[in-house]
Order: sequence, then C-alpha cells, then structure tokens
Amino acid sequence: MATQHSRSAARLMMAPAVVLLLGWMLVPLIMTLYFSFRNYFPLRPDRVPGWAGFDNYVRFFTSSAFWPSVQTTLVIVGGVLVITVVLGILLAMLLDQPMWGQGVVRILVIAPFFVMPTVSALVWKNMFMDPVNGLLAHLWRFFGAEPVSWLSEVPTASIVMIVSWQWLPFATLILLTAIQSLDSEQLEAAAMDGAPKLKQFWYIILPHLSRAITIVILIQTIFLLSIFAEIFVTTGGAFGTRTLTYLIFQRVLESQNVGLGSAGGVYAIILANIVAIFLMRIVGKNLDA
Amino acid sequence: MARAVTPQRKLVNTGVAWAVGLLIFFPILWTILTSFKTEAQAINDPPLFLFFDWTLENYTIVQERSNYMRFLWNSVIIAGGSTILGILIAVPAAWSMAFVPSRRTKDILLWMLSTKMLPAVGVLYPIYLLFIQLGLLDSRAGLVVVLMLINLPIIVWMLYTYFREIPGEILEAARMDGAELRQEILYILTPMAIPGIASTLLLNFILAWNEAFWTLNLTAVDAAPLTAFIASYSSPEGLFFAKLSAASTMAIAPILILGWFSQKQLVRGLTFGAVK
Repeated sequence: MATQHSRSAARLMMAPAVVLLLGWMLVPLIMTLYFSFRNYFPLRPDRVPGWAGFDNYVRFFTSSAFWPSVQTTLVIVGGVLVITVVLGILLAMLLDQPMWGQGVVRILVIAPFFVMPTVSALVWKNMFMDPVNGLLAHLWRFFGAEPVSWLSEVPTASIVMIVSWQWLPFATLILLTAIQSLDSEQLEAAAMDGAPKLKQFWYIILPHLSRAITIVILIQTIFLLSIFAEIFVTTGGAFGTRTLTYLIFQRVLESQNVGLGSAGGVYAIILANIVAIFLMRIVGKNLDA
Repeated sequence: MARAVTPQRKLVNTGVAWAVGLLIFFPILWTILTSFKTEAQAINDPPLFLFFDWTLENYTIVQERSNYMRFLWNSVIIAGGSTILGILIAVPAAWSMAFVPSRRTKDILLWMLSTKMLPAVGVLYPIYLLFIQLGLLDSRAGLVVVLMLINLPIIVWMLYTYFREIPGEILEAARMDGAELRQEILYILTPMAIPGIASTLLLNFILAWNEAFWTLNLTAVDAAPLTAFIASYSSPEGLFFAKLSAASTMAIAPILILGWFSQKQLVRGLTFGAVK
C-alpha cells in the first residue's frame, strides 16, 4: 500500500527520535564503559589518572559495601513488590464491586502516585515517623506504647512502607483494569455450579490476572531498582539502607571516585537489562496481536 | 458491568471501600490540614483534626523565605518544555510507525523502550561531565533536554498505541480523493489524534514534574524545581511541620488536579500499551 515516496518520508519523520535516543543511549554508555576501566579522581590532583584494567570491577565487587547494598536492594524491591501486588489484587477486587461513589474512591486510592517522591518521603519521615512529634508516635503513646524511631530502628522496612504507599496505586489501577476485562459470565457460571468464592478466585480470577501481575512486577522492578529520592531525603543511605543505586551515586558524586562508580554503574545496567529482557518479550508479543 | 447485588451488600462494599480509600489518602489529607495550622498546633498531642485556628501564615512564610514562585516557575518550564519538545519529536515518529509500518517497526519500538530501562545512575557521571563541559549544569535548558530524552520512549509508545486505533481506511479514502501527505496529516489525522496527544501530554507532564533523580543531581540554585525545593526541607531547623506541609501542598496540588484527569491514560502510558 505504501509508496516509495511515503516510505522515505516515514523514515525521515522517524529520524529525529531515533537519532536522539541513539545518542542518549550510546554516548553516556560508552563514557561509563571508558571510565570504568580508568583510575579517575576529578577532585584529587595528586592521583594520576591512568588505565585500571578490571581493577574497578573487582574492587567494586569485593568491597565491603557491595553485598550489603545488593541485599538492601533485593529487600526493598522484593518487599515493595509483595506488598503492592498482594494489596493491589485485594484492592482491585474491592474496587470492582458495585458501590456508591466508586469514582471518588478510585481517585482517593490513586492519589499517592501523583505525589512527588521528595514530598512523600519527607511527609512520612517527619509527620508520621518522627519519634517525638510524628502521628505514629502520638498513636503509640495513646495506646501506652513506647514510640518507635522508625527510620533508625527499622529503616529498611520504613522505606519499603513509604515506597509501597507510592506504588500501590499503580498496581491497583493496572490490576483493576485487568479485572474489569474479565467475562462476568464465567464467574456467574462457576457460582451457579456451586464453586466457593475462594476457588473462583484461585481458578478463574488469578489466572486471568496473571499477565497483568507479570507486567506490574516487571515495570515496578525497573523503577524500584533505581529509587533514589526516597533514600536521599530520609536516611541518606545510613543505617543499612544503601541500595546499589545509592552506593554508585555516593562513589561517583560524593567521593568522586569515578572509575569505581562507573564500574558499579555497569553492574547496575546489566542487572536492569536482565529484568528488561523479560518485560520486552511480553510487550513484544502484545505488538503482534 | 452492572451486577445485581442486594442493597445491604452494596452498603457494606461502600463502607469498606471508602474506609480503605480514606486510609490510603490520609497522608495527603493530613498534609493539607497541617498546612493550615500554626507550628504549635501541628505537633499538638492529641493531634488536631478539624477544630483548630485555620491560618494561611505558613503559605506566606514559605513564599517569603524560599521564594516558592521561582521553584514553581522552574518546574513549569522544565516539565512543560520537556513534554512539548518530546511531543514535537515523537508525533512524526509515531505517525510513521503507525501508518507506514515496515519490517523493522517493531524492533525500533522495542529498542526505544529499552533505552528507558537504562538505569540513570549508570550514566550519572557522563551526563554530569557533559553538563559541566557544555555549561548546562544548573540550567533549565539542560534539564528540559534530559527529561525529554528519558520520557521520549513513553511518549512515542503512547502516541503509537493511540494512532494505531485510527482506522487506516479513512486514510486510503482520503488518498483516493487525491489528498497529499501534508493535507492528510493536517486535516484528517490531526483532528483524530488530538485526544491521544492531549492524554500523552498530560501524563508526561506529570512524570516530568515528579522526576527526582536528574532534577536533584543536576541543579543547585538557579534551575532547581519543586522536587529540589522540597528536598531542602530535609534538614530542618526548629518547628517546621506546618511550613513543610504548606510547601508540600503547593508542590503537589497542581499535579493532583492534573492526575485526576489522567487516571485512565496512566495505565496505557505506563504499561506501554500492554494493558488497556
């Protein structure tokens, strides 16, 4: 159908976006790769820059901060995923029920997603988790308990809590969209055959949601692997809340050890790509349909 | 779909759903309420919910002390500029992929998506260095470009999924009537594409407004948007809950309102069309 003329026009129209993204991907990537093989301390004139071979990779990997940061990353990503997916399924099923004021409830539930990360982190840190004046401290004292110093006693769990609050709306909204596409006749038939609610959920609703759940998990993982502001303004990476992203940020910008940080960056890129491959497969399959 | 349920059942649903909804919304509500209290009332034990002396003083103090308007303006320029620039670049690309698809279209789309997966921290120093070299550090222009680039894949994808829903027969009919490419785009596609473009605009404005990695790392004073403005409250002096609340409310209010309009597009935009 398309003529030669329209084909070349189409190529021309695509060019700006393709060229820009290609540059955005390749230029910094090549620079990061280059730095990762160098000894490079921009703020330390006494240290001579030079080739480092794989030293940076080995040192980043074997440094005492590496494995704890991987562990923290996994705990935060895993914790948030479990909380948002489980609560998201429950919430989506609740919101799918007939009720009055459904639209308003939907907005209330989605609202946290629109709050900028620095705001939600600071509001939780101060107005809820502050051990003296926070609302949770008031609540604890009301029940005669000793207020908890959330961000220093259970820092990782607190960050999981804050991030889950931000991402629950996303999971809920996507799962709700998926539930609404479920053929209700199927459930009615099952109910008529006397299938208990739990079985209906297990054998009809959950399989129907499986694709949406996979997408939620993959997309959230990509965003969660690089959460930054939530740690930056709450603990600043202290108390064992240093994720891989935060560790690299500290190496590169705080201690200006660019070579070491860049090697860490390459690890982060590889990690993200492993997740990305799975996501692309699902999205790619959808394109053919 | 309307399922028949008893009024009692519906009443219970309503009660539970509203309770859960309010619980999730509560931190935002509490922030808004606290912004109208005095600092002493903000930390009162027991907490004050509605019966306190409502005041606007925090809003004036925040504006006077830290010049809120300048940060707001930076946010508007950066989020708006990057979104508009992104749309201008993405519309032709998405149009050509949706209407003149080739064998490589799918690969190009997936490749574009893959650039979105690049962890920002992995390329932090190169961008930082390039910004210094080009004199872009702490400039709005620099952030407009970076935020445009990180959102460009989402913009292309969203537009592509919208454009694909425009029936191709209409185009063929127009071509048979002798319409040229320019006329085709201007008089047929544009009017049909406007709702999709508007949704894309809205969602990406929100994403750019809330972006908090590059805006925190590439700005200092001049170009700092609201994300950085709020982060400056992380090292407090004295009583500051009410002022923090006022600042937070001002930072999120515009987006909460826009977000309300964009909730349907959110699913499509953030799942790259995989869930509609």
